[in-house]
Amino acid sequence: MSAVVTDHEHEHHDHKPSGIKRWLYTTNHKDIGTMYLVFALIMFFIGGAMAMVIRAELFQPGMQFVEPNFFNQMTTVHGLIMVFGAVMPAFTGLANWMIPMMIGAPDMALPRMNNWSFWILPFAFLILLMSLFMPGGGPSFGWTFYAPLSTTYSGDSTALFVFSVHIMGISSIMGAINVIVTIFNLRAPGMTWMKMPLFVWTWLITAFLLIMVMPVLAGVVTMVLTDKYFGTSFFDAAGGGDPVLFQHIFWFFGHPEVYIMILPAFGIVSSIVPTFARKPLFGYASMVYATSSIALLSFLVWAHHMFTTGMPVAGALFFMYCTMLIAVPTGVKVFNWVATMWRGAMTFEVPMMFALAFIVLFTIGGFSGLMLAITPADFQYHDTYFVVAHFHYVLVTGAVFSIIAAAYYWLPKWTGHMYDEKLGQWHFWCSLISVNMLFFPMHFVGLAGMPRRIPDYALQFADFNAFISIGGFLFGASQLIFVAVLVKCARGGEKATAQVWEGAEGLEWEVPSPAPYHTFETPPVIK
Amino acid sequence: MALKHKPLTFKLAVTALAMFGFGFALVPLYDVFCDLTGLNGKTAATAASADAAMIDTSREVVIEFIARPNKQMPWVFKPEVRRMTVHPGEIHIMNYLAENPTGRMIVGQAVPSVSPGQAALYFHKIECFCFTQQQLAGGKNMLMPLQFYVDPALPSQFSTITLSYTLYDVTSAWTGDTAASSQLGE
Repeated sequence: MSAVVTDHEHEHHDHKPSGIKRWLYTTNHKDIGTMYLVFALIMFFIGGAMAMVIRAELFQPGMQFVEPNFFNQMTTVHGLIMVFGAVMPAFTGLANWMIPMMIGAPDMALPRMNNWSFWILPFAFLILLMSLFMPGGGPSFGWTFYAPLSTTYSGDSTALFVFSVHIMGISSIMGAINVIVTIFNLRAPGMTWMKMPLFVWTWLITAFLLIMVMPVLAGVVTMVLTDKYFGTSFFDAAGGGDPVLFQHIFWFFGHPEVYIMILPAFGIVSSIVPTFARKPLFGYASMVYATSSIALLSFLVWAHHMFTTGMPVAGALFFMYCTMLIAVPTGVKVFNWVATMWRGAMTFEVPMMFALAFIVLFTIGGFSGLMLAITPADFQYHDTYFVVAHFHYVLVTGAVFSIIAAAYYWLPKWTGHMYDEKLGQWHFWCSLISVNMLFFPMHFVGLAGMPRRIPDYALQFADFNAFISIGGFLFGASQLIFVAVLVKCARGGEKATAQVWEGAEGLEWEVPSPAPYHTFETPPVIK
Repeated sequence: MALKHKPLTFKLAVTALAMFGFGFALVPLYDVFCDLTGLNGKTAATAASADAAMIDTSREVVIEFIARPNKQMPWVFKPEVRRMTVHPGEIHIMNYLAENPTGRMIVGQAVPSVSPGQAALYFHKIECFCFTQQQLAGGKNMLMPLQFYVDPALPSQFSTITLSYTLYDVTSAWTGDTAASSQLGE
């Protein structure tokens, strides 16, 4: 698609308060997008520091640095921060920045709510992080907060945990409503549904998933709260409740949540691969349908997290087959990406490198997911490092790599400068090698029986764990290169053109770089 | 907010609220689902009628009894016998021994579970101490009866049914309004 872009640079319209007030009061989608992205980066490093504590403790068998209770807090809060503080806000930040520019809208539809949905987020995480300093420590029951660990056996920080999850949930729901209303009401004339860029499509579907399941998460944490403090018995067998019910409600949220963290990644990769292959995306319509069917199926597979709770064969088979069915639309996507590259004039700039690594490594994570879906095999894999390896392949080399790819891809548009390509390539190769040192051997120790979430392990796992920890430290250090690239690019560099990338197509590449404070105040006409 | 955004925003907000309600609706839905299908080994929480169907003497089913107090529950709690062979349709009484070795009154609630789960639909309790909370003074003991029969419609692949009780200390939540529980045993 192309557009006739009139001149939008009305600099005199950029009246914004200076200093901190600009950021506190802003309703501009680009400002809010930037704040989301910076917030996510900070959280990525806080959550990453916790992962470093975990890997330091697991470097050798026996207890070295931390108490088991503190170790449990680290695994729990690492998970919560990475899921709700890093990956989800990063995607929301990208949505804020890019969706209005991609559909030719002047801003998000509900700018004031947009300001709110960002600014309550830092408080949610402040509450969560402060709970770590309470007597007895912060939440230590795993990010999945299974009852009765989070009800009968948890400390008083649980109340803070519940409130912070409530705030995160409200923020996500407001963000999702905003995305849907923007896409429904503010598309430029001529931007029909099937002309929308895939990043917009995947985010639209993600936003619907968020509205469907974040309230269920809010419900289940509320039940945990009342079970713990107000004498209800939702999950307490003695009072007629059922702890297995907790797992059903949690995973009814939890499985669609997994797709909330990966569908926007599919959209990013579907934007990047055609640009650097210099070919239009292969199978656009099938991508849209595949994304929709993944979203629908995500509501029918939650109990594959619960095969070992003692499920009747009929239930286990149903959830096993539904889970395996998801491999079909996912396979369609991987096929389309590969077919897009087929006979393309490819170049390998940093965004493309991260997107290619995403395709390969996410597929590895998908395959280990298929292995876990096989009910009888899952009895061996359940709660071992194999599961840890699986979900880090889909979330780190999947979601996080796609976010990094997106940052490199759109950074010239945001800052007006090209990033340092050489430093970016260093970042990519260091990350690629270290992330595989970190997560690949986890498959083997998992299959050999090393349980997850335990601060100590049997001696035969010592060498593998030392190697994994070294990979972990290197991966953590590699991300400092990313910060260096970002800072350098924000400060200056080679001037970026409006199109930035030779093969880039779409409305966001038709506004100048850096994108002016206000874009598309008069909607472009889509031919 | 611009007028044209209001209807959609409102609909989406209502959807989010409805999904919050749906999370809570899952609680009764889960119980209904388990009752209907017998999945999860949940037996009915109320008494079955005593007019048992005809007795199927051609078939024998082994019933195994497991009883264990929860970790925080100081009572001694065990069945009189560990296993029993019955014909489907026959009504049997099984007594469970409860003893409170502490010096204070404790209220207990037994929670049943049947394995295999699909057999739960065919295990009928006419009377059970698990229907109500049980109160026992310190140093006392009592027999708690269970009256049951196995449905003759039990599918043929089930030859053994295990009935497990876990007994919980619910003294702190006890309201004292369970009249039926007071006079058993002693």
